[in-house]
Amino acid sequence: MKRLTLFLPLVLALAVGLFLAAGIGKDPTELESALIGKPVPEFSLENLREPDQTLDQSLFHGQVSLLNVWAEWCPACWDEHEDLMWLANEKGVRIIGLNYKDQRENAFRFLGRLGDPYQTIIFDPRGSLGFDLGVYGAPETFVIDAEGIVRYRHVGVVNERVWEEILLPVINRAEGNS
Amino acid sequence: MYPELGQLALIIALLLAVLLSVVPLAGALTGRDSLQAFARPLSTGMFVFTALSFAVLTHAFMVDDFSVAYVANNSNSMLPWYYKFSAVWGGHEGSLLLWILMLAGWTLAVAVFSRKLPSVMVSQVLSVLGMICVGFFLFIVITSNPFERILPNIPADGRDLNPLLQDIGLILHPPMLYMGYVGFSVAFAFAIAALINGKLDAAWARWSRPWTTVAWSFLTIGIALGSWWAYYELGWGGWWFWDPVENASLLPWLSGTALMHSLAVTEKRGVFKSWTVLLAIVTFSLSLLGAFLVRSGVLTSVHSFAADPERGSFLLALLGITVVASLVLYAFRAPVVHVRARYDSLSREIFLLLNNVLLVAATLLVAIGTLYPLVLDYLNMGKLSIGEPFFNATFSPLAVAAGLLLGAGIFSRWKKTDGGWLARKLLWPLAVSVVATTAVMLIYGSFAPWAFAGVFAAVWITVATAWDLWDKSSSRRGRLHGLKRQSRSYYGMVSGHLGLAMVIAGATVVSNYGIERDVRMVPGDSVMVGDYQVVFKSIGDRRGANFTAEYGSFDVFLDGKHVSELHPEKRHYPVGMSVMTEADIDGGLFRDVFIAIGERITDDAWAIRLQYKPLVRWLWLGSLVMAIGGFLAISDKRYRIRAHSEAKVASAGNEEDVVGGKPAEAGT
Amino acid sequence: MRFMLIILAALWVFAATAQAEAPEFYDFDTQVEEQRFRNLNAELRCPKCQNQNIADSNAPISKDMRDQVYVMMQSGATDDEIVGALVDRFGEFVKYKPPVDSRTIVLWGFPFIAVFGGLLIVAGVVLRSRKQNPESALSPEEQARVKRMLTDKDPSSRS
Repeated sequence: MKRLTLFLPLVLALAVGLFLAAGIGKDPTELESALIGKPVPEFSLENLREPDQTLDQSLFHGQVSLLNVWAEWCPACWDEHEDLMWLANEKGVRIIGLNYKDQRENAFRFLGRLGDPYQTIIFDPRGSLGFDLGVYGAPETFVIDAEGIVRYRHVGVVNERVWEEILLPVINRAEGNS
Repeated sequence: MYPELGQLALIIALLLAVLLSVVPLAGALTGRDSLQAFARPLSTGMFVFTALSFAVLTHAFMVDDFSVAYVANNSNSMLPWYYKFSAVWGGHEGSLLLWILMLAGWTLAVAVFSRKLPSVMVSQVLSVLGMICVGFFLFIVITSNPFERILPNIPADGRDLNPLLQDIGLILHPPMLYMGYVGFSVAFAFAIAALINGKLDAAWARWSRPWTTVAWSFLTIGIALGSWWAYYELGWGGWWFWDPVENASLLPWLSGTALMHSLAVTEKRGVFKSWTVLLAIVTFSLSLLGAFLVRSGVLTSVHSFAADPERGSFLLALLGITVVASLVLYAFRAPVVHVRARYDSLSREIFLLLNNVLLVAATLLVAIGTLYPLVLDYLNMGKLSIGEPFFNATFSPLAVAAGLLLGAGIFSRWKKTDGGWLARKLLWPLAVSVVATTAVMLIYGSFAPWAFAGVFAAVWITVATAWDLWDKSSSRRGRLHGLKRQSRSYYGMVSGHLGLAMVIAGATVVSNYGIERDVRMVPGDSVMVGDYQVVFKSIGDRRGANFTAEYGSFDVFLDGKHVSELHPEKRHYPVGMSVMTEADIDGGLFRDVFIAIGERITDDAWAIRLQYKPLVRWLWLGSLVMAIGGFLAISDKRYRIRAHSEAKVASAGNEEDVVGGKPAEAGT
Repeated sequence: MRFMLIILAALWVFAATAQAEAPEFYDFDTQVEEQRFRNLNAELRCPKCQNQNIADSNAPISKDMRDQVYVMMQSGATDDEIVGALVDRFGEFVKYKPPVDSRTIVLWGFPFIAVFGGLLIVAGVVLRSRKQNPESALSPEEQARVKRMLTDKDPSSRS
């Protein structure tokens, strides 16, 4: 019995080692969105393409969409744009853009150069909707279901792998429910 | 050509380490002196080749050899030479090489200073150190080669050293810190050797003690330097952030402190052996854990190196092998027989055991606070941040309790202390402490329970320590003679405890009575911070060696008298395109006045952060005093005599009798 | 009821404009408020940075969060409301002070368990030692061995 208690430190160390091993390779800075399961926050913002038109959260009602937060000044957004074009054109995904803390002319220049995968683009120059969505670094991509409920948030670039392994399953589930 | 030589030297050192980890141990286990005789030459060789490799890397930095990837990533031709020198350990690979150099250095030190130890013991200790070296040599050679070349496209210039690191702090802090981390490997090696031998006795404790104390002293200085550096360089006047990397250095410090104290009990009284040997293993394991946390990227920290899963896995494997092997050995070999020694509930043994309880509780709570987010993440329970509020709420009570215990424990005796006598003994120190603490509260002008508790703990330690010194130094031949008669290890203890009191006082006072103001100022404005008046005179431009800066000028007045002129800066480093806030501080023994420039608000208005930091220097001075205590303790006669010529060996034996038999002798 | 809604709507618009006009520099009427602002910022973690609070961080997101704290303070929100608003958006991660709940009960309970567990062990050690007879620290054999080890010039004799 006494000898057995001497194994206690070993057991403890192995448990700690397990957690440490699991932590390797994970990105500790990647956060799950606090809005999952909640509706998209209320907003009232201009349409980027048509400044006279005001958009609000009803934009997301009716079908599953991706909400992609981007800006011309964000280098990673340049990287992922080709994949967004592919998603919109080849996969027929409805992508709503959230142009985050950007300027109109820069946004248009960006789209003019790389193409426009967005069904609609919300213009959020002050980042107020971005803030309410808990955006902390563009690009971020939200999966929003037909009721306008946030299902998932991906931080970082979207590419084929992210689409296949993460976003598509979430979208399928969201579509299955509604 | 040179860089390849450095790599070659590393590989040779690795081979020597392999031999070192096998040959002397085999000799010790089979009783063959001829094999054991290899221990010292192999240790020396390993150190020489590691040093050679380190020298080659340093040379590459000095001559701006940007064909070496590590140099190109961490240096720049415009860097002043002393920063080029310290840039050697400014990144992952080089700092790892520094770590290894120190490991080899400690191994050599054991080889040199252990002439009086039984050769079986020495062989085993050196072999264990050799094994640790093998692990780290493999790590650097396989995953982190600092000599890797960028060929054929050699960059014209380097990417520059991170401006945060261009500071005296980088020159001093990592070497000291690593000396401490790595130094605990010696206590670890002694513990393992003792477990292999089955000879966990007072002699083992006695040999481990000075090595542990030295390592602890270096670690103390290292941590204090890091805190001081963060204070003036990170820009916002904080001195401890409870960041995972800082916690990683605190963990082995706390358990190392516990180890020093329990070694004292084991040496003097021959008890708590299993506990002490476990602490020795745990302390070094926590050093390795620190290395893992800093270099693997599993936790987010302001101070960590770039994350790399491959390195993380390798280090975890290294950590795992070390910990599992030693704890398995521990589980099978540690003595379970209860030593038949009687100690009363008020004996010094029990006071020191309680000290261990508090220190280990503190270690565990820092560990759990640091690792809990990892555990939650593993269990898919979401992300969580554990910061200052948690640690302040849990750590401070333990620190205060440790301080109170210490003051009482100083007067305790081995085996048995009479309760009534101890209570009478403590009465006056208690009264003096209450009065003194109240006086301090009055000076600072406000009362807060935690401020009172912290200051009281500090005063209590000081009074009790001084009281005990006064008691012990009374002598018929005069006070001076009495003071001279005390051993250096006793003075080491006094210094260590007074240093701790200073740290507690500093931490408490600066947290409770510090004043911080964020103000908007245009040149000509004047603002009060506490009793100090700060006048913003002007702001201009300045060019440094490798940066340009906005250069502010402030006058500080106290009661209308000019105290100092401060020049905080906002520096722009063009190579790395980074901006640095360089605070300026009017430092003093009793207070700092701290000024940092923030954002420019309008053309001439600036956001300025002004701080009044009472007793903040005591944190680092106190740490220094603690560390000096450690060095004093190991300079004690009984350790020196052992290193002397063989003719004096007999007197060392006598010394042992004196030390072992004198209950007043503390050395803790 | 409708009247209330109008007021709420008006407040909401006001809040929105206030957010839009968050200042470059935060002015407070009293030093108490200034201190409260600093304490709040110190307990909130920048989600983008490497472990920094939003007071120390220069990241744009930290600036947005400071603005939010400031605006809510100006509109009279309590500390809990302010922290709650940020947690609703960014998650528990931004709080440096973990709440006491089922997830963290082990964390918060741990210090007490460690100390009291340790005290129990010490009590056990004392009781066990009391049952035994007083004896010298080192047994005579041990003392002899220490002496031999320290004085022996030819240690191999013992291996």
